[in-house]
Formats: sequence, structure tokens, C-alpha cells
Amino acid sequence: MKAMLKIEGLTAAIDEKTVLKGIDLEVPAGEVHAIMGPNGSGKSTLGYVLAGREGYEVTGGSVQFRGEDLLAMEPEDRAAAGLFLAFQYPVELPGVGNANFLRQAMNALRRKRGEAELDAMQFLKLVRGRMKALGMTEEMLKRFVNVGFSGGEKKRNEILQMAVLEPAFCVLDETDSGLDIDALKIVADGVNALRGPERGMLVITHYQRLLTYIVPDRVHVLLGGRIVRSGGPELALELEEKGYGELQQAA
Amino acid sequence: MASSSRQPEMAVPVMDGAVREMGGAPMPLVHPSVAAMLELRRAEEGPEWLATLRDRAAEAFARLGFPTRRNEAWHYTDLRSLAELRFAAPERGGAARLPDGVADAGAPRLVFVDGAFRPDLSDLDSLPDGVRVESLSSLLAMGGGEGRLGALADAESGTFVALNTMLADDGAVITCTAAPEAAARLHLVSVGRGGGERPVAFHPRHLIHIAEGAELTLFDSALGEGAYLNNTVAEITLGKAARMTHVRLQAEAATGFQVSTVFAHVAEEAEYDSFVLATGARLARNEVHATLAGPKAVAHLNGAQLGDGARHVDTTTVLTHAAPNCASRQTFKSVLSGASRAVFQGKIHVHQVAQKTDGYQMNQALLLSPTAEIDAKPQLEIYADDVKCSHGATVGELDADQLFYLRSRGLPLAEARAMLIEAFLADALEAVRDETLRAALAAATAAWWARAHAEAGA
Ligand SMILES: Nc1ncnc2c1ncn2[C@@H]1O[C@H](COP(=O)(O)OP(=O)(O)O)[C@@H](O)[C@H]1O
Ligand SMILES: [Mg+2]
Repeated sequence: MKAMLKIEGLTAAIDEKTVLKGIDLEVPAGEVHAIMGPNGSGKSTLGYVLAGREGYEVTGGSVQFRGEDLLAMEPEDRAAAGLFLAFQYPVELPGVGNANFLRQAMNALRRKRGEAELDAMQFLKLVRGRMKALGMTEEMLKRFVNVGFSGGEKKRNEILQMAVLEPAFCVLDETDSGLDIDALKIVADGVNALRGPERGMLVITHYQRLLTYIVPDRVHVLLGGRIVRSGGPELALELEEKGYGELQQAA
Repeated sequence: MASSSRQPEMAVPVMDGAVREMGGAPMPLVHPSVAAMLELRRAEEGPEWLATLRDRAAEAFARLGFPTRRNEAWHYTDLRSLAELRFAAPERGGAARLPDGVADAGAPRLVFVDGAFRPDLSDLDSLPDGVRVESLSSLLAMGGGEGRLGALADAESGTFVALNTMLADDGAVITCTAAPEAAARLHLVSVGRGGGERPVAFHPRHLIHIAEGAELTLFDSALGEGAYLNNTVAEITLGKAARMTHVRLQAEAATGFQVSTVFAHVAEEAEYDSFVLATGARLARNEVHATLAGPKAVAHLNGAQLGDGARHVDTTTVLTHAAPNCASRQTFKSVLSGASRAVFQGKIHVHQVAQKTDGYQMNQALLLSPTAEIDAKPQLEIYADDVKCSHGATVGELDADQLFYLRSRGLPLAEARAMLIEAFLADALEAVRDETLRAALAAATAAWWARAHAEAGA
């Protein structure tokens, strides 16, 4: 099967410190792959490099996304190409209303794709439905983006954006951290609702817990900037039992 | 010379253009542009008080000259580009039309072209009850204005007030006795027309009085084209428990100069609530002197100055607490792109009698380019002991993490920047409670960004 996302020999540095030391990874459309690894192993760095964050310097390798050179694109063009990163630490935007932000983002994407923009009424109708499914109150639309949101609210807001923008490929960076079990289930339901034969996902997590709700097709272990093991969903359970210690010693 | 000074106890400062002793004989060193302005003075046909006022103003102007950066109040604003020019008096009358850019404030409109009142372009049909409007030219022609013209604005206080007092021949004279329920609103429009051989200078003088318990919302917008100097002075008095909302939009031509000096005298329990948005002019100085003269008076001096290209925008405020239990709030925001420069000088002066003063001043700047600059000088002068006064300032750039977050959601860089700039200005604009006027200012902000962004070529 043709990979939707194809990463080859990717190396990247922050402040001249090499963090990703050669990543090879393929995610076909329709599949959910999990990336697991201890803190500091480079999981977020991988997410940021894919999304195009400044300061994350790609020093080697390539990333093909739906047949295009992802690394040559500006962040907004990556979004328009269908890539979405749910941030581990969503950014607060004082003064920017959540509804306005979401509508402007959606319309920017629609414009790029040559689709008609949604007016305020159409947008509200769409967003209300998605919010309800995520157990979010409408009041959160009126607030400034992520300002004064609890950790759980911020994560839900990320999933809401994902649900509204309907990207072709989702990268979720520790979307489970800081969530209690009920919130985790709601978020997982939101993610699962987006699963489909056309959509690929990369679910980054530290713990196996999330993967009982979002069952992945493949699991990869990232350690010290390299993928040291790959396997089926059972690998997540194995890691949960044994921890990363054994792999770390082997690496 | 000193005999004509109204404050003989004050030393006469020696500045450029001052009379200096050379070889024992006094020799006036009047700068050519000062001389050109002095020549514009016409023979006065009016009453004696007016002639005396003009004489004193001319004398003060000749003595003060255009301030240089050695003058502390002008340290951050270099006037050479203005002082080099030889201004002409504008031609009066002639065909004119209202430019397209004039916002519809949904209020009766007084239009001034090159400083002269134009009834043909004005719309005063629906003037609310309790609002009386006339032009300064007709007031003076009928022999009025004594004790009112110059009541707050002393020609000795500075070059531009002196110049205005010497040459002002028109302006808006507004008296408001309308109760708050009447929600009286008025729109003052200034249109500058350069384009002649020499740049023109005009000197509108507005006299505004809000009577005890009355309330007025005044929208004051200035725009134009070509090269000109708009040197406006406004004298505003608020009676006991009066209220004035003064929303100003400075959108002068990119080749124009604006120097605006507002004096507001706020009586007991009255409130002067002002907001200035500056988006235009090659060089603009907005100077506000507000005096809280009676207990429980309130002044809000808020605003935003947006710079692009090589423009220079200066906001200078002097807030005087001269009575107890008064409150003042000042929040100014600057957004600067290109090689633009901004100045914010804010002085809070608390007299000894002004116990329980509550003063607050905040100045925040967002620099969009490495060549943009702001100079800020807050000044607290406090002679009372039981006061609460605070001031603060921040200077920053757009936040890289915020920009990346927005772009990762598909917003193009320019749109993401615009969104963050708008957010930065949002809480400043929030201070404008009149929704129509807030929308007009938001539109002016968007127009500024479109221009600044196009210039930057980003
Ligand atoms: N902004 C940064 N500046 C310097 N080093 C960083 C920065 N961000 C991450 N790192 C370093 O890069 C490595 C990988 O970090 P990260 O990708 O955040 O790991 P993970 O998400 O797996 O916990 C760590 O050693 C971390 O200290
Ligand atoms: Mg991380």
C-alpha cells in the first residue's frame, strides 16, 4: 500500500543539538500508528518538524506527504495539504476569540482548496454539533483561545479544531496527558470518529492507556531520536509491563 | 519682551529662534519658516482683546520658534522635516467634496476643509436638542469669543499653541446642554488639501463646552491628501457631572503633518473619556493636557498609534490631578512596522491637594520589524501623600509560538499576523463603548494593516 506519510532518514536539530537521529516511518492512509517513548526521546520534536515549526532544523532525510515534499512547505501550506498537529501544549491566544479563530482557520483552508467559505450561521451549526459530541459547552467558543482553559479543556479544544477542520492526517502529541478517565474516553471517541479509510493518524503518547481506547494498527518506539522497535498493538502492552528500561539498555 | 509674558515669574527659555544678544545689539534670529508663518498673519479687524491675544501669540511664536530636540518636550520628535517647509495659507472656498474615506458615524456632521467650516459639506439637519454649534469664524465676526478663546490654551505654553492662536480663523464652537438620555452625538470632519505649489498650513481652533450634567459623544476624524500641516487646538471644558466621549481618528495623508493639542478641563464629578486612533500623517504629534479640577472628576486618555513606512507618531499627555478623589486611566498601544517610530510621553502630575488620587498609565508597544522603534517616557510628579499611582510599559514582538499555532491551523502568515495585531489592539479598542465608532476605528485599523502589509511586501 502507498504510504500517505513517508519519512526517510530524517534528522533534525534544535540549537545545533541533534534530537532526531534518523527516523524511518511510513503511515498508509486508513491506518493509525502510535509513537511511544520516554520523556525527551524526541516525540514532540518529530511532531513539530512535521508541522514546520521554526527553530527545528532539518539536517537530513526527507518527508513525503501525499506525494509531496512536506519539508519544503510553509506551515500553513502543510495544513492546507491536510496535516494537523494537536499540540502537547496548546498555545494561549489572548484577545483572539475561539469561534472567530476557528472560523477564520476553516475558511482559510477552504479558500486554499477552492471551496466556498462558510458564513457565521453555517459555521455555528457545524461547530455546535462537534462540540456537543466532545462534551464541550458553547461558552468555550466565546472565550479567548485556550486562555483560562483547564488542561483537559485545552486538549478538547484541540480535538474540536481537528473535528471541524477535518484534516487528512492527524498528529496527536500526548493528547491524553492531564486527562482524567472520563475526559480521555471522550477525546478517544472524538478521535475514533475521525478514523476512516482516507485518513491517517500518528498518535504520540507516553503511556499505553490511550491506546486501549484508540487501538493502533502499528506501534513504534522512539528512543534517543531513533525508532528502535516497531510492532503491532501488543507492543504497547508489552511496554506497559516492562517499561522502556530494557530497550534503553539495548539502545 | 518679558512684559508680554503672562507668567513673569517664569524664566523665559532660550531656544532656537530666540532673541539673542550679539555684540551688544539685539538681533532677532528668526528661522525662515517661522518668518514665513509670521507673514501669514493678516491685519486684525476684530476687537481689541483679540488683537492683543494675536499679538502676544505672534510674539511667543517668534520667540519660541520650532522646537528642536534640545527642548525636553520634543526630545524624541524631530521637527526638522516640518520646520524646513515654508507653508502657505490655504485658499478659502472653492469646490470641494467629501472624500470617500469619511466614516459614517450616524451623527450630524461638521466638515472643515483646510480648517475652514464648510456648511455646503456639513449636515446639521438633525442636530440634537441641547447641542448648539457655530463656527469660530462667525463667532469672531460677531464679536464673540472673548474669555473663551484662549481660556485653557495659553500661547506661552508652546510653539504650536502660539502659532494656532496667532492664525486660527475657524473651528467648531460647540455648547452642549443635552441630558445623557438624549445620547447626543456629533461628527467633526477635517479634510486637508495639499497639492498646491507650497504646502498649506491650517490652524483649527475648537471651543467645546459641556454644561453641568450634560453629555456629548464627539467623533473627530481627520483625513486628507497632499502636503499640509493641520495644527489643531481644542479647548474643552466640562461642567459639574458632565460627560464627554471624545473619539478621534487621525488618518491624515501620508504626506501631511498633524500637530494636535487638546486641553480638557474636567470639573467635579465630570468625566472626559477620550480615545485616539492614529493611522496617518508623515509626522503626527497628539498632545493632550487634561486637568481634573474638581473632586471625583475622571479622565480616560486611551488610544492606539499605528506606524508604517517611515512615519513618526507621538503621543504626549499631561494629566494633572488638581483635586482630591479623582481617577485617571491611560492605556496607549503602539503597533509599528517598517521603519516607523513612535513616542509616548505620559506625565501624571498630582497636586498636593489631590489626595486619594487614583492614577494609572500603561503603554504597550508591538514592534513588527527590526527597524521600528518606540521611545517611552513616563513621568510621575506627585506632591500629595495619599495617592495610588502606577505606570507600566511593555515592548515586544509578535509571539513566535502564537504565530506558528495559527499557521499550523492553515492561516496564512499575513492573516495570522493581522489576527495577533488585532488581538493586541482589542482590549484598547474595547474602551470605545459606542459600537458605531468602535466599528469605524476597527475598519481604520484594518485599512492601516492592509497598507502596512503591502508596503512591507511580506
Ligand atoms: N526548545 C528546545 N530547546 C532546546 N532543546 C530542546 C527544545 N525542545 C526540546 N529540546 C530537547 O530535545 C529533546 C527531545 O525533546 P522532545 O521532542 O520534547 O521530547 P518528548 O516529546 O519525547 O518528551 C530533549 O532532550 C529536549 O531537552
Ligand atoms: Mg513531548
